[in-house]
Amino acid sequence: MLIDESYVALIRREGANAYPEECCGFLLGAFDGDDGVRVTWVVPVANQRQGERRRRYLIPPEAFLEAETEAAEAGLAVVGFYHSHPDHPSVPSEFDREHAWPWYRYVIVPVSSGQAGRPQSWRLDPDRARFIEEEIITTHAAQDVASGDLQETARE
Amino acid sequence: MSNVTIRIPTALRGATGGTASVEVAADTVGAALEEAVVIHPALRAHLYDEAGALRNFVHPYLNQESVRRQQGADTPVSDGDLVTIVPSIAGGVAEAPVAHAHGSETAAVDLSSEEIHRYSRHVIMPEVGMEGQRKLKRARVLMIGAGGLGSPLGLYLAAAGVGKLGIVDFDIVDASNLQRQLLHGTDDVGRLKLDSARDRIGQVNPYVEVETYETRLTSENALELIADYDLVVDGTDNFPTRYLVNDACVLTGKPNVYGSIFRFEGQVSVFGAPGGPCYRCLFAAPPPAGLVPSCAEGGVLGVLPGIIGSMQALEAIKLILGKGRSLAGRLLLFDALELEWRELNVHKDPACPVCGEHPTITELIDYEEFCGVPQARQAEEEAVGNVPEITPTELKSRVDRGDRVTIVDVREPHEWDIVNLGAFGARLIPLGSIVERMNELDTADDIVLQCRSGARSTKALHQLRAAGFGRLTNLKGGILAWADEVDPSLPKY
Repeated sequence: MLIDESYVALIRREGANAYPEECCGFLLGAFDGDDGVRVTWVVPVANQRQGERRRRYLIPPEAFLEAETEAAEAGLAVVGFYHSHPDHPSVPSEFDREHAWPWYRYVIVPVSSGQAGRPQSWRLDPDRARFIEEEIITTHAAQDVASGDLQETARE
Repeated sequence: MSNVTIRIPTALRGATGGTASVEVAADTVGAALEEAVVIHPALRAHLYDEAGALRNFVHPYLNQESVRRQQGADTPVSDGDLVTIVPSIAGGVAEAPVAHAHGSETAAVDLSSEEIHRYSRHVIMPEVGMEGQRKLKRARVLMIGAGGLGSPLGLYLAAAGVGKLGIVDFDIVDASNLQRQLLHGTDDVGRLKLDSARDRIGQVNPYVEVETYETRLTSENALELIADYDLVVDGTDNFPTRYLVNDACVLTGKPNVYGSIFRFEGQVSVFGAPGGPCYRCLFAAPPPAGLVPSCAEGGVLGVLPGIIGSMQALEAIKLILGKGRSLAGRLLLFDALELEWRELNVHKDPACPVCGEHPTITELIDYEEFCGVPQARQAEEEAVGNVPEITPTELKSRVDRGDRVTIVDVREPHEWDIVNLGAFGARLIPLGSIVERMNELDTADDIVLQCRSGARSTKALHQLRAAGFGRLTNLKGGILAWADEVDPSLPKY
């Protein structure tokens, strides 16, 4: 996965700000060839899980549809999602596995006592048996992190 | 059948060989999806769980609307409709076997040589071992109720070495509890159940910290009480508290080991476990208030709470150890007369108002109101208020004066065997047959209706009144009040 360092910093900041609850958001971008993916836009959304937000997050289907539409208008696709694991390592849980589809990238940022660590990126194996880690390669293209209208829409 | 198009989301096109849409003929959205899975079998695992239910994060949309807001999988389709499959995105941290309350997971817990000796039959099993025994010692379990289910729960959880037991109860030990509530002894009659429970648990295992809460569990205190514990064992005997315990556990993310008993039957399950269903997924609404009698009204076989409460203790210990297959998602039904266990699968309901995907209950509500208790109480008061009553003392003096009074006992024959007013001319006509046997009574007589506590006789009075009887009176407080006021030598039950 190619992603700008400023987006990695944004994901870590979101994780630290949401602590002790979980944060979550969309990864928008494009696919490179068969296996590669480039993330060019990171959109935080409110964790809409009612209760248990310290260990669960939820992005409802309506928010997904909106993100997909807005991404398409920008010539991008939803390529994955990120969320934080407060006081837990950045390894997908069984609950993560049960709620995942293959193909998408699931980026998890560990937050320990309010300090966010380096995120890891995961893909679900097509047979649903396990997650496979994918290397995160950061770039320094200094993209504008402000995500504008989409962020406002998705937060509603 | 209608011809519809199913749009395959990009993420799942690996399972369709890259195909973006599938044309199928079907009557409903559910059937259309099944057709798509027949054409592209690799889709199945991503859309349906092992039990064959649509995965809870998979939302079919018919044209622009989620079918979860329509008739679900049964939503009918028409020619030219477009079905899209939209995920909700969910996840979260890995579950420790039990999410320990703040601080407890890092607290250093060690076992003394006395404790290792005490728990040696645990620690020699690799499934428990020293680590499992330390988990038990770190665990904090909140017991709701110190009665029939609370007795085996308290005794076994304490004996097993659970570090902290909280007990919520406000009741006094009554002699009628002793037939099944082994936490309390004959000498404890009249004491607070909390006090005798604390003493008894201290005898069983002095290494257990016991915290008692002399209060009714309410919407005001439940979240705060539960917050300090890792899991809850529910030994309550009424529906409002059961729903309250369920909702409070779901909202705080604590597993709830549920048990209930009635006469010869029991139920056990684990609710509110991560990813598992809750009590509301199983029973969305309570039965009408007053329909299901409590143990006090309906009776309970003494051994039954011992069996069900022991099963709850077992499930609690398994959850703490993180071993075995828990009862989450399964409801065990026990029939003591047939000696039969049955097992039902309980599915998490995506539409559950408290643990579903779009919960409407996000804080504790008024559970008495939810269960219709105030309405039932009011109806009962109205029924009683409309009934002429006589006290046992007044009835005794009328009989002694030689007044001609017909006392009709509307209880069951086995209750008549326990105690009766036959010596005062009472006759037995059970409530269930009062209407068909009313020809045995004379409308010209003064009739006093009597039962155990006065409730059933009120119902009988209304039925006879509707049939044209005019000279009807209810014995206030039933034969229990008679024993209190007139003849203390009579047994009470």
